Amino acid sequence: MTKLNKAALACLFSVGLATGAQAEPYRLGVLTDMSGMNFDLSGKGSEVAARMAVEDFGGTLLGEDVEVIVGDHQNKPDVGSTLARRWIDEENVVAIVDLPTSSVALAVQEITRQSDTALLISTGGSSELTGASCSPSTAQWTWDTYALANGTGRAMTLEGDKNWFFLTVDYTFGHALEADTTAAVEAAGGSIVGKVTHPRETSDFSSYLLQAQASGADVIALANSSGDTMTALKQAEEFGITAAGQDIAGMLLFLTDVHGVGLEIAQNLTLTTAFYWDMDDDTRAWSQRFAERMDGKMPTMVHAGVYSAVLNYLKAAEASGQATSGSQVMETMRGMDIDDFFNRNAYLRKDGRVVHDMYLVQVKTPEESKGPWDYYKVLRTIPGDEAFRSVEQSACPLLDD
Amino acid sequence: MTMILGMPLPVLTGQLLIGLINGSFYALLSLGLAVIFGLLRVVNFAHGAFYMLGAFTAWMLGQYLGIGFWGALLLAPLIVGLVGAVVERTMLRRLYDLDHLYGLLFTFGLALLLEGLFQHVYGASGKPFSAPEAMKGVVRTDFVTVPIYRGWVVIASLVLCLGTWALIEKTKIGAYLRAATEDATLVQAFGVNVPLLLTLTYAFGCALAGIAGVLAAPVFQVSPTMGSNLIIIIFAVVVVGGMGSILGAIATGYLLGIVEGLTKVFYPEAANIAIFIIMAVVLMLRPAGLFGKEY
Repeated sequence: MTKLNKAALACLFSVGLATGAQAEPYRLGVLTDMSGMNFDLSGKGSEVAARMAVEDFGGTLLGEDVEVIVGDHQNKPDVGSTLARRWIDEENVVAIVDLPTSSVALAVQEITRQSDTALLISTGGSSELTGASCSPSTAQWTWDTYALANGTGRAMTLEGDKNWFFLTVDYTFGHALEADTTAAVEAAGGSIVGKVTHPRETSDFSSYLLQAQASGADVIALANSSGDTMTALKQAEEFGITAAGQDIAGMLLFLTDVHGVGLEIAQNLTLTTAFYWDMDDDTRAWSQRFAERMDGKMPTMVHAGVYSAVLNYLKAAEASGQATSGSQVMETMRGMDIDDFFNRNAYLRKDGRVVHDMYLVQVKTPEESKGPWDYYKVLRTIPGDEAFRSVEQSACPLLDD
Repeated sequence: MTMILGMPLPVLTGQLLIGLINGSFYALLSLGLAVIFGLLRVVNFAHGAFYMLGAFTAWMLGQYLGIGFWGALLLAPLIVGLVGAVVERTMLRRLYDLDHLYGLLFTFGLALLLEGLFQHVYGASGKPFSAPEAMKGVVRTDFVTVPIYRGWVVIASLVLCLGTWALIEKTKIGAYLRAATEDATLVQAFGVNVPLLLTLTYAFGCALAGIAGVLAAPVFQVSPTMGSNLIIIIFAVVVVGGMGSILGAIATGYLLGIVEGLTKVFYPEAANIAIFIIMAVVLMLRPAGLFGKEY
């Protein structure tokens, strides 16, 4: 709430400045969920990460000040669109950042495409964003449903989980995740034996879990996110699903989700992530700085992604000599080295996909973990070109020429 | 395997049981609402927040004081009840003479305030909370799979519901309460401390929500929004049962829990609206609710 007030204040302040006939600062708008179930995995941490990137860049772009403003889209496409439009038309926002909830991200992408504003997506994960709906001013920085489906779905099928049952959240993101996972599982020789869809923010999964159990599937895939995933995991444990021999696959799990359910329940889950704070000195150094500003909370992959996206955006805008055309900044970025502590072996593709290494990890058992936030063991590094959808598979028209 | 309505018997009985378990929570919560509405004529929109408060208090007791589930089951409702009493004494009381709408708006604001406060301090993803060791595990028979803890919740909720009904309908203090609702001035003239009675009633209703919160903590994620996700369903239950009817709230709670559970099997897409369809139909045919008195 206080952040909202700050954002509101920033808006008021900016109006004051505009009438004062001074040069307006460039603004980066962090458009995220500051009040709902994505608050911990994205929300406040994304704002902090964006501010860190601006500070590390020096606080100015092309000789003007850079400001970070924050908006709460409440996971509603109409709220997100209205905010985005106002930011672009009235507040000199040159880049919109983060965008949890794919349905909101898709709506905002239509606006930034028309206004040619840079869109740096970190949390929004539908592969549709860089598929049929792709835009020349977008970079989808951190992950997408294809990469997670492919990483986790393929690995588990090859390990012997042949028959899959889906618990799918009933909106864009869930359907994309389910479709991408189905393709990955079938390509690896597995099959889908059933599925059930549930509304977002369901509090009781037991009916669905019993149906999944009765299906006799080897693995129950949770094609949902945050609060829903946590509740489903907790109740699967309660009903003794894994004890009875079925595996659970959390298709999208953030570090904060694991923190939320606890290792007792999350232990041994296999998942795919774009980032883990405890991989090497570089990831640890940045994550420590982040944690100092977040009361000790370690960053999720989307927090690190927001930092990396904003910093690289500022570099590219500086290099291209202007910030008003998002597609030109992206064009400059395509010719740049965007490797950093988050992005390994990375490059930006024409469809907006940032291709970089992903990691297949396993959640530690309580015995293995040395303390809070010590949660993952990295099983395998998935090279970017294997992790993400290939150019041939993409429906993005921008890739045609 | 025996099949009923195109599905194996264990699946069907399993779903019925799950409906009953969810119904237990609906019944406990709508009971508290019905008690408060019946006696205070306040539409307590803060009920979901008190439920959340119960779950969080249990978590905090464990986290900061090392008190386990059973201790929390006793202490947390007392604490929530106390908070309720303070709210009634200092604020809600001033609204009794005004239109019902003011009480509704006040409690709605209170709910938003509490929710925002907890989200600010504890974040949105919630806190882990385990069932007591003795109740972990699952009972598995040919007919049914049920976690031991959930089975216990059904029994606890039944005992609490029937106890509350007996307290209000069969005891002297219950008689005072009912009399005070009919004519507060007259009851006061007989020497009964009506304001105290109303404070206790509100506190008791809140404590019931608190108990439901503690019971829910090991089943659902302990999170700031857990109450607001439920409160609309609870209001639907109270409306179907008949505003202010205690027995109606209890019976409807269990009934709608079961209907919802079955919807999840036969037509999952409609699961979150089944209750509201029933509400609409009941309001058309019996505007006072299934158990309400027609005036």
